[in-house]
Amino acid sequence: MPSERIITAAQAIREALGEALRDRPETYLMGEGVADPGGIFGTTKGLIEEFGPDRVVEMPVAENGLTGIAIGSALMGQRPIMTHQRVDFALLCLEQLFNTAAKSHYVTGGKHRVPLTVRMIIGRGWGQGPQHSQSLETLFAYIPGLKVVMPSTPYEFKGMMHAAIADDNPVMVLEHRWLHYVNGHVPEGPYLSPLDGPKVVKSGDRATVVASSYMVLEALRAATALEHVGCSIEVIDLRVLRPLDMTPILASIRKTGRLVVCDTGWKQFGIGAEIVANVVEQAFDALKLPPARVGLPDHPTPSSLPLAEVYYPDSTDIVKHIGRLCGLSPDAVDKACTEVLAVRQGVPIDKPDPAFKGPF
Amino acid sequence: MNTTTTHSRDEAAFDPVLGVSLYREMVRIRMIEEEIAARYGEEKMRCPVHLSIGQEAVPAGISAALRKTDQVVSTHRCHAHYLAKGGDLKAMLAEMMGREAGCCAGRGGSMHLFDRDAGMLLSLPIVAASIPVGVGAAMAMKQRGEDNVAVIYLGDASVEEGVFHESANFAAVRKLPAIFVCENNLYSVYTPLRDRQPDRPISELGRAHGLHTVEVDGNDALGVYRAATELVAHARSGAGACFMLADTYRWREHCGPNFDNTLGYRTVAEFEDWKGRDPIESLILRLEGKGALDAAERQAMANEITAEITEAFAFAEAAPFPSIATAADNLYAL
Ligand SMILES: Cc1ncc(C[n+]2csc(CCOP(=O)(O)OP(=O)(O)O)c2C)c(N)n1
Repeated sequence: MPSERIITAAQAIREALGEALRDRPETYLMGEGVADPGGIFGTTKGLIEEFGPDRVVEMPVAENGLTGIAIGSALMGQRPIMTHQRVDFALLCLEQLFNTAAKSHYVTGGKHRVPLTVRMIIGRGWGQGPQHSQSLETLFAYIPGLKVVMPSTPYEFKGMMHAAIADDNPVMVLEHRWLHYVNGHVPEGPYLSPLDGPKVVKSGDRATVVASSYMVLEALRAATALEHVGCSIEVIDLRVLRPLDMTPILASIRKTGRLVVCDTGWKQFGIGAEIVANVVEQAFDALKLPPARVGLPDHPTPSSLPLAEVYYPDSTDIVKHIGRLCGLSPDAVDKACTEVLAVRQGVPIDKPDPAFKGPF
Repeated sequence: MNTTTTHSRDEAAFDPVLGVSLYREMVRIRMIEEEIAARYGEEKMRCPVHLSIGQEAVPAGISAALRKTDQVVSTHRCHAHYLAKGGDLKAMLAEMMGREAGCCAGRGGSMHLFDRDAGMLLSLPIVAASIPVGVGAAMAMKQRGEDNVAVIYLGDASVEEGVFHESANFAAVRKLPAIFVCENNLYSVYTPLRDRQPDRPISELGRAHGLHTVEVDGNDALGVYRAATELVAHARSGAGACFMLADTYRWREHCGPNFDNTLGYRTVAEFEDWKGRDPIESLILRLEGKGALDAAERQAMANEITAEITEAFAFAEAAPFPSIATAADNLYAL
């Protein structure tokens, strides 16, 4: 039974953080803006009043040093939850994350633990341009020893946040900024949504779409429109990029034989490439046609609106790939694309999609 | 030896011609920023904007001490730095509107004002990212035997980043013609300085790094100019890198066109106090004291600037968007 209560993902995150702070004295939040009136887009709002400045640590603008400080405290048994308002700012922390956090458990033969959660927000829209809207999950997913997760619904945001905090490893949580607005059914009180791999979020038999983060919503919208033209596709929410569990994806491919992957990052060297490589290695015989990848084109995010319009792929790109892979008529593809675009209500691409209110 | 120079408002040495030109520069910046704020709701400038209203004295005073061939580097709050350095208003507005005629061809938005010809090498939206780049520009100037200087604008928060210290150390040890100009407006977004740094003058960091360091009233354009003149001469002569701490105040919200005093992160009393130290109003008083610039002259100046702004907005609004066929262009130099 899903919970009756509907809240946004931002509220779900805030709730998870509040519960963790309440239930686990070793947790603390750290980040630029965690204690300010904005409260990281509402996700930490008010927590400073309840938990005070030792548990809700407003930090200097010093990402690299403070990451090492968080790691040091984690080695001593604390559970820091660090937040960056953009993934782009977390680039300053890579040395500590990649060298210290990711390797401490391994090199000590399992004696050291780094129970660190790092929240990083992927920006999008309003011309914020090349250095405020990068989707850099593959950087982190490349590093053995880090866990990398990308929740897509409010339920998952809350449950996966709890799971990340409870985990004894460094967990990178990448939050797409536009998902913060999305509504969904979220139970009260703490619960875990295990960091155990991809999940089928809509079943179907004609093709498999593996999507991550915000693209899960685009994939579901494509799936609904395709359903209306008689094409039933399976949508898998990747959820956990590392450690990568291919089992549900391979099972789906064995059923459908057709694969489209779509994620929020660049297509080249992206998540999609890793998924496709695994499928080709492990289920080549099941593939009826070459897989397709939907991702960003090979250049930085342009600020200018008309350039952003052709930069970001959406549900119509998924529909078109499915149409080709499943041999749908041009009419059916057109009809599905028209439906998808109608739901968008003509809102410019640099503003959050009004159709993605949910509840999801 | 590093010396501290406190620049008092020395009325005897006050040159009215210079005062009038500093006044004009500040008013021009203010009027442009206010027009951006007024028109922001039209949603033609579809990118975040970080306005410098209240902070005009620093860029005005600094740029008056620079040559065209000197370079400055800046941050997310870069409009005033660009305008004061002789940047192209039309190219700046076109950039904010995402047009091909923008100084970054519409690819960057308001936080990316790159214009080497104007002497603004770049501005970067990642805090402190432009600091080492400015030091690199200074190193190139030295290596190439040019007698130019590089001015590195930074906010009070950027001295919290490690890269500031790495850059300051290198600039000092190599005696590079670099001048760090820290505009201390007391806040990083909504977080006050006291929550981020211990209670010591930021200028002590400059001294600790061996930089020739001065403190100035960042709302006194003439004081900034005098101090800048001395620092620029110092850096240009090869005597070494410098640091200026300029205390000032941002009037509007961190990002966006509005006032945000209702949020409660700063008090209205503090805001009003700083508004009372308006760099433009205080210069008017001093100019009037010298009989240098009367109301009619100020009005004539304002009319001229309004005409310039109107024309520049019209230019930017009429300028074409980039062709989508060019979206992937210029990824690599050929
Ligand atoms: C590395 C990095 N961390 C965080 C941010 C977010 N951010 C943008 S501006 C800003 C405040 C900077 O304050 P300051 O340097 O004092 O400049 P001001 O905005 O006051 O002019 C912050 C934290 C960023 N852009 N880059």
